[in-house]
Amino acid sequence: MTDVTPEHLSSDESKRLKYYSASQWTLIWWRFRRHKAAMVATLILGLMALSGIFAEFVAPYGTTTRDTSYLDGAPQIPKFCDQNGCSLQPFIHGATTKRDPVTLRAISVPDPDKRVYVQFFSKGEPVKVLGFIPTDRHLFGLSDPTAKLHLWGTDDLGRDVFSRTVYATRVSLSIGVIGVMISFLLALIIGGIAGYAGGWIDNVIQRVTEVIRVVPIIPLYMGLAAAMPKEWSTTQVYFAMTLILGLFGWPTLARRIRSQLLSIRNEDYVVAARLAGARPTRIISRHMLPSFTSFIIVDLVISFPYMILSETALSFVGLGLRPPTVSWGVLLQQAQSVRVIEQTPWLFIPAIFVVVAVLAFTVIGDGLRDAADPYSDSR
Amino acid sequence: MLRFTLERLVGMVITMALVSVMVFLIMEIPPGDYADRYAFRKYSGTGVNVTQADIEAIRVDLGLDKPMVLRYFDWIGGIVLHGDFGQAFAFETSVVKVIGDKGFLTLGILFATLLVTYVISIPIGILAAVRRASAMDYGLTVFSYLGLALPNFLLALVLLYFASRWFGADIGGLFSEQYTDAPWSLAKIWDLVKHLWLPAFVLAWSAVAYQIQTVRATMSDELNKLSVTAARARGVPELKLLVKYPARLAINPVVSTIGFDVNRIFSELPIVAAVLGLTELGELLLRAYLDLDMYVAGAILLLLTFVIVFMNFVSDLLLAWLDPRIKLGA
Repeated sequence: MTDVTPEHLSSDESKRLKYYSASQWTLIWWRFRRHKAAMVATLILGLMALSGIFAEFVAPYGTTTRDTSYLDGAPQIPKFCDQNGCSLQPFIHGATTKRDPVTLRAISVPDPDKRVYVQFFSKGEPVKVLGFIPTDRHLFGLSDPTAKLHLWGTDDLGRDVFSRTVYATRVSLSIGVIGVMISFLLALIIGGIAGYAGGWIDNVIQRVTEVIRVVPIIPLYMGLAAAMPKEWSTTQVYFAMTLILGLFGWPTLARRIRSQLLSIRNEDYVVAARLAGARPTRIISRHMLPSFTSFIIVDLVISFPYMILSETALSFVGLGLRPPTVSWGVLLQQAQSVRVIEQTPWLFIPAIFVVVAVLAFTVIGDGLRDAADPYSDSR
Repeated sequence: MLRFTLERLVGMVITMALVSVMVFLIMEIPPGDYADRYAFRKYSGTGVNVTQADIEAIRVDLGLDKPMVLRYFDWIGGIVLHGDFGQAFAFETSVVKVIGDKGFLTLGILFATLLVTYVISIPIGILAAVRRASAMDYGLTVFSYLGLALPNFLLALVLLYFASRWFGADIGGLFSEQYTDAPWSLAKIWDLVKHLWLPAFVLAWSAVAYQIQTVRATMSDELNKLSVTAARARGVPELKLLVKYPARLAINPVVSTIGFDVNRIFSELPIVAAVLGLTELGELLLRAYLDLDMYVAGAILLLLTFVIVFMNFVSDLLLAWLDPRIKLGA
């Protein structure tokens, strides 16, 4: 907003002037900013989204890169000190290959005398960031390019859990975004028709909505996901999944839009627009929707967790995304049994991401809901 | 009351009819039909050469060559008139046999879960509202966030892990080993009850978090009502006052969302069942989907939805009985 503060006003008065002349969105932002937990959640989610978008740069290795000398390896935590003294640059201990005394198989043993330093912006695998910027620099890596740093350990094939989780963040969050977009679009159309038309059209739409709401949603998703042909490519499966999640995510939002539209259908300004000859699409989008946009945004944010949880649940049982695509659910598929969690608990790390992401979305949703109606109480 | 009940009953039948159409459509989506899968399953690896004509014969035999609308009526007619849900090809028997007593196990899990949900959430929600802004109240807010954020199946995994770590026991499943295939007896039922608490707790997890918030919110509103102040002025003892005025009304939103809770429990059931190794409908549904055994899947989806619709109906009736104002509005 423009800062026109007349000189003669006291600071208190100019503050109030600022408040009264601020737009609705500025007010919402001001109120949201005061919600500390929501701000923290936004920061966390922002970091997650950034690392997902720039996954190629953030992840030191690819999703299928194997480190055959470190299968089912424990997380390697960089340290500053060891028996030979301390250094300012963090390091891990390098490995030397030895023979297993019993089976004579080559195994790698950490060598406490060999230090490999952790570097930022180190050289590694050549990748294309965002799919088109070629680089071989990664956010972090090791000074010795032949050694590999597994911050969160490796799985049974020696694939880096950290890198896979970063790539999975991209897939899981993007599925949420596209799914929410699709369901929002459907909700807008379906709720818009029902709320604007009313009458028997509304009744029919309400019945159909009721039917979708009454069937348990994850079994329904599973039914559609099970129908995906086995020979589909990973990209096809990905888009099919977003479509499935989006196709049945609309009822709650559509209800909200419908009831809001119904309640303001006969307001004077809507009638005026109708009498002026505006078409329904224009009346809805220009005159009616803006009066409750902020509530729709809140509902959109709140519906994210359901998308993410559904995707995770489906992939977890093998009905959603399929390897080699990595999503949080696909990664957790490896941690399905108690035995795995006992032996390689780090495979459970993606679960923390699911919980944190869902928590963040919920907290942001709560913060937005409090902020969405800036006129509800003067401060 | 009679008219209200009849209206809800008719609504229930219409909803179920529409649901059955949707379930049928889902059964039809997977590529290929029952005849293809049946032929593949039965003859693959046997060296028998199956021709297109053979499959066609199976198709005609099973009535799968008819148009979709007719097949729908065959299917739903069989269910309504004879209780026949079709054939389960992966098991080479009828769906009814495959489902067997799993339906009752599922209902057992459902009611155990509902019981756990309400026994925990109603008193705690009331207490949270009475002691507003106390440490317990804040603790519950954090818990209710976690209730949504930590998916049940992950909770189940974590619990299994700690159980095996601390007690060295496998607490999954519905029965102890010696009872798994034993005929029903009192001892078996008792064994089931002993195993039910874990799935019930896991499935109740998010519902409890949600219901505590609902009860707390309604209770907070009710506590500010003048009726409470007036009763307090008359010197009604605090506990009696709580039970008599606000608590009675705070239960209404819980009753009205019974169907919603059942829906949520069934939605999460297949995956929790897979993790905990529960041999009931949810787990069977998951397996049926993975095998594309669509008659089994369709039957289970229909049964689960029927229970939800029925519980909705029960909740409507209960609510009308608890709060007579509802009927006037309907």
